[in-house]
Amino acid sequence: MLTSPEALLAIAGMLAVTLAIKASGLLLANRLPQTGFIAAWLRHIPGAVLASLVAPAVATGGPAEALAAAATALVFVVTRNLFAAMATGVLAVFLLRMALGA
Amino acid sequence: MQNRAAPAWTSDHFFAGARACIPVAISVAAYGVVWGVLAKQAGLSLLEVMLMSGLVFAGSAQFVALDLWTATPSTLPIGPIILATLIVNLRYLLLTATMRPLVRPGTEKRSAAAMWLLSDENWAMTVGEMAKGRGSIAFLVGGGATVWCAWMVATVFGRLIGSAIDDPTKYGLDFAFTATFLALLLGMWKGKADLLPWLVAALVAIISAKLIPGSWYILTGGIAGSFAGAIAERRRGYAHQS
Repeated sequence: MLTSPEALLAIAGMLAVTLAIKASGLLLANRLPQTGFIAAWLRHIPGAVLASLVAPAVATGGPAEALAAAATALVFVVTRNLFAAMATGVLAVFLLRMALGA
Repeated sequence: MQNRAAPAWTSDHFFAGARACIPVAISVAAYGVVWGVLAKQAGLSLLEVMLMSGLVFAGSAQFVALDLWTATPSTLPIGPIILATLIVNLRYLLLTATMRPLVRPGTEKRSAAAMWLLSDENWAMTVGEMAKGRGSIAFLVGGGATVWCAWMVATVFGRLIGSAIDDPTKYGLDFAFTATFLALLLGMWKGKADLLPWLVAALVAIISAKLIPGSWYILTGGIAGSFAGAIAERRRGYAHQS
């Protein structure tokens, strides 16, 4: 099986909406002010979006995920190294799930 | 007139971005392999994996698309897959908006096209550069090129070894995504003013994830948290003036 017209259509659609969103974010921002409330709001979006991505994954996980997240955070704060933090998280969750039997 | 983006300047920034994103690209590769393994289970062909990773290039949307994908073309929910992609990727509206200060007059179209290569990772690295008074669209694109290569190689690799790994969660690989985003978030800490918006975002996201199906929690948490941060900032601003 190589592919199908349906799959190609789905992928083309995914590409179109993704490109449209990414381009219009930049172009719409040209009309937004650089100081004041809107600018402050835009500045706070990045951290808030990342916090929203992470929080439910940690909160809905068990103790293994919570402890692994803490280990990830600790390693990142100490080393400032993204890969070391990620590797620690994966290794910790692997070992903790085995240890806790989850 | 060669005042706009001289080649040397552009390639310097491009390669600086490409180098700076190598550590994050390794993390991207880690969950790229996970995605590839899951894509095999969802019934995507090798060609479909290459097309989706190479063209759509959006990890979280691709993860959601796998949930909806069917191995038989006639039952493939094309509309829902595109709608899910739209919803999950809506946050890029907010991310590309923050790249606005880097756009030089007259380069809007080129910069808008360059946003195709914006991922969470090279965006975060570029925001970090901007905080130091550096950063450019060329830096973003260079980082995007590194991340794109890592994503492409990793997802194809994952698809190929997919038959050997029966359960990615057994190896903790599903946690690579969370751990990477957590480290990216901590790297953005600029001071106590970040605490309130992050806590509001986390709380709203957790509640939304429980109440609303799908990936809306990214959007509700992101909007609530950023508004909380902006409101708090304005209140402090008034306090300073009085």
